[in-house]
Amino acid sequence: MEKASTRFLILGKGKVNNIAEDMLDVEDLRTYYYTRSGIVKAVDDVSFTMDKGETLGIVGESGCGKSTLGFSILKLIPPPGRIVGGRIVLDNSDLIAKSEKEMREIRGRRISMIFQDPMTSLNPLMKIGTHFVELLLTHDPLLSEEDALGRAKSILSVLGISPERIDDYPHQFSGGMRQRIMIGLAIALNPDLVIADEPTTALDVIVQAKILDLLKSLRDAYGMALILITHDLSIVLERCDKIIVMYAGQLMEQAERLDLQERPSHPYAQGLLRSIPNIELADQRLEAIPGDPPDLLNLPRGCRFQQRCPYAMEYCHKETPLIDVGHNHLVRCFLYGG
Amino acid sequence: MVSLRAYILTRLLLTIPMIFLLLSIVFVVLRVMPGDPIKALIGLKAPPDTVESLRRQFLLDQPLYIQYFDYLSDLFRGDLGISIYTAEPVINEIMLRFPATIELAISGTIVSVVVGVLMGAYSAHKHNTIADHSFRLFSMVIYAFFIPWFGMMLQMIFAVQLGWLPLYGRADIYLEPTHITGLYVLDSLLTLNFSSLINSIKHLILPSIVLGLVLSGIYIRLTRTHMMETLRQDFITAARARGLKETTVVYKHALKNAFIPVLTMMGLQFALLLAGAVLTETTFSWNGIGTFLLQGIQNRDYPIIQGIVVFYALLVAAVSLVVDLIYAYIDPRIRY
Amino acid sequence: MARLVRLPRRFLKKGGEWYLTYAGLAIITLIFAIFLLAPIIAPYDPIKTDVGERFTAPNFQFPMGTDLHGRDVYSRIIYGARTVMLVALASTIISLIAGVPIGLASGYAGGKADRVLSLVMDSIYSFPGLILAIALAAMLGPGVVNMSISIAVVYIPTYFRMIRGQVLSVKENLYIEAARAVGAKARTIVFNYIFPNVIPSILVLMSLNIADAILTEAGLSFLGLGISAPTADWGFDLQSGRPYFPGLPGRGSYWWLITFPGLMIIVTVLGFSLFGEGLNEILNPRQREGE
Repeated sequence: MEKASTRFLILGKGKVNNIAEDMLDVEDLRTYYYTRSGIVKAVDDVSFTMDKGETLGIVGESGCGKSTLGFSILKLIPPPGRIVGGRIVLDNSDLIAKSEKEMREIRGRRISMIFQDPMTSLNPLMKIGTHFVELLLTHDPLLSEEDALGRAKSILSVLGISPERIDDYPHQFSGGMRQRIMIGLAIALNPDLVIADEPTTALDVIVQAKILDLLKSLRDAYGMALILITHDLSIVLERCDKIIVMYAGQLMEQAERLDLQERPSHPYAQGLLRSIPNIELADQRLEAIPGDPPDLLNLPRGCRFQQRCPYAMEYCHKETPLIDVGHNHLVRCFLYGG
Repeated sequence: MVSLRAYILTRLLLTIPMIFLLLSIVFVVLRVMPGDPIKALIGLKAPPDTVESLRRQFLLDQPLYIQYFDYLSDLFRGDLGISIYTAEPVINEIMLRFPATIELAISGTIVSVVVGVLMGAYSAHKHNTIADHSFRLFSMVIYAFFIPWFGMMLQMIFAVQLGWLPLYGRADIYLEPTHITGLYVLDSLLTLNFSSLINSIKHLILPSIVLGLVLSGIYIRLTRTHMMETLRQDFITAARARGLKETTVVYKHALKNAFIPVLTMMGLQFALLLAGAVLTETTFSWNGIGTFLLQGIQNRDYPIIQGIVVFYALLVAAVSLVVDLIYAYIDPRIRY
Repeated sequence: MARLVRLPRRFLKKGGEWYLTYAGLAIITLIFAIFLLAPIIAPYDPIKTDVGERFTAPNFQFPMGTDLHGRDVYSRIIYGARTVMLVALASTIISLIAGVPIGLASGYAGGKADRVLSLVMDSIYSFPGLILAIALAAMLGPGVVNMSISIAVVYIPTYFRMIRGQVLSVKENLYIEAARAVGAKARTIVFNYIFPNVIPSILVLMSLNIADAILTEAGLSFLGLGISAPTADWGFDLQSGRPYFPGLPGRGSYWWLITFPGLMIIVTVLGFSLFGEGLNEILNPRQREGE
């Protein structure tokens, strides 16, 4: 694809790999919230690409914009928020240019979403069977109700839930099972991309692992791409092909998994890695990153991490560019040039 | 966790003193107030012994505590006394006219809830638009519409000018359905009398709209607030993320949640409904207990006045108890 | 935890609730003006019959027409404001004077007395207001004073409940402090903290109370249980005009007999409602709906 090859040349790539195609191409995405107290630049100039079947991890602390990024892809940003710039290209067409009606056809079917809190993401007054049937019938009106019900039941078994429970209500299930139902709804129509917004944050550790394993097995079976949004770096280091680190609305570092682990370049990413407890080290002192994230209404000029950065220089007052440090590894930091 | 049975018991136990209190207050008010009912009934020119004999007949010459005891024991047996005017048992007279009020109350509530919920839902859906502000304003303004005036205005337009609907009454004389329950619409259906059915419904329309609209304000605001809260929930965003149409999301997913508070509110509004019904009945010459009360007052018919007031008290207590119990049945968390 | 009330300095704030309050205030001022200036602005004596031909439609001389007795409707409307406002205000003040002290005492004392009083008040509160007023007015007889009393009884529980609620919540907060402080001080603290906090809520309650009282007064007069003829009163005029609005054969409807009294009721009730609701929004702003 043209776009992809141009991009690779600018960043000093070499030969273009024709086999891998960009399924999703996010360019210079900007999503702002126009509040009464000012403009919140929740997502500011973020770009990345995804191949078919790839797993992308988006990591950052609360308020860094990762969830907003996820919602932006589905164009589910509520007012006073708005996508103000950039492109989100899915298989050659820009989602931002699409109408609401066209987006509705994409949501749930080509791109779907898994939410953070399984307690509140299902309608408490609706049977889970109805959740599925409604979804299936919305996207395929010619489907009969019995067929839809049948498909719903088979999805439940794939998820490891007894199909007889199709007439049960959400509150009759545990948190982990509800999350599985959510996943089931997300993969029901075999989408190209699933966006998982903190899918395990509200669950305990054991259930967490099960859910992530479930996602992996579904991916192996259906071949969909996955965006895993989380604040837990250890999860993405384990399970994602590519990782993006976000801070205060900006993309600070992007690298493939092993590369990030071995050569974390951005001071923030380094700090994050250091703060992961290592079970094999005795007497490990956990290092937290000192300070707090900046007030998004009052951002510092230039690099948004300067106030907490151990390497901050005079330079950092200037707009920090993204620098390529080789092997698809990008860093937004003056330490590496610029 | 309190069992349902224990809850019912507690609730009943609390209702009883309240009812006693209400009945006692009624007794006190009616006995202690100035004005001699017997004299008013017969007139000042009656011979003193007729006045005295009637006095004795109604126990008005006995000391108050005996009257009180007599009053309570009669009530306990369901005896509300005899009407001075018609010499019929009060309870019978009341039951003759009660269905009319109930029919009006039910259809009024239907109008209130339907209008209220739809307006409230739309307001929440399109909040901060002109429609939203208009509906909110409407909810406040409509309560100020003095029921008799509102009724007369509608009568003027729809009955007099346009002639679409009847001016007053429950039905045209020869189209009254056979008496089974006393509810004309129901009786017409039960006897398959379709001309009667249409006639009764036509007569029901204007009074229901008047009563229903004036009391709809609270439902508009309640639904709006609750809907806006619901629309902020995750499962709504999740539904959108599955590609569902916005109207489906709002009017199917969110609206379902709004009905529970509406149900409770219906119980709380019952007293207001009864009060509004009195004015509605007067305006539309509707033969219910409201107009009957006024007749009783005009005729200085003590037992009728007392009987109706007691009846209202028991009715309100009963309805509030039922609503509480239904709510407890639905939601086991709410049990004192 | 009880905060002292600060008087808002910026009276020119924008926002829906301020518009409501100002609109209400404007109407209230207008009604009070009519109330006070009635003798000056009314062209005719409201109870004087045959100042004009009976049943004349609104014209230059009689801007609201004349009624069945040949009285000027416009003058009756103006003087009607006096009757209505008199009753509404009197009843509200009576409710206030009766309800607040009882609520205060009951909440503060607690115990059996409080429980009994609450039960009594709840019983009255749950009973349909208009019907209670009807029963009382029927027993007491017609007249402005009797009407005021009848209506007042209906609203006493409202003040009782509100004050009692405030007392209870403050009591709970100060219990710990009061336990340490000198016993007598507790009572003063309670009074000094409650009153400033409660005044704005009382104002809101009064405004809404007056609105309701006007409707109840109109209801009583409409049903013939209120003032005695020929006093000018909106509800009463509505009732007297009622047989004539469908129109006599060949004559058309005498709409002005009921349209003007009814509109006056609505406008006046609206004034107090909007003011009360607006004030309530200002004092207890609901959560911001969406940023």
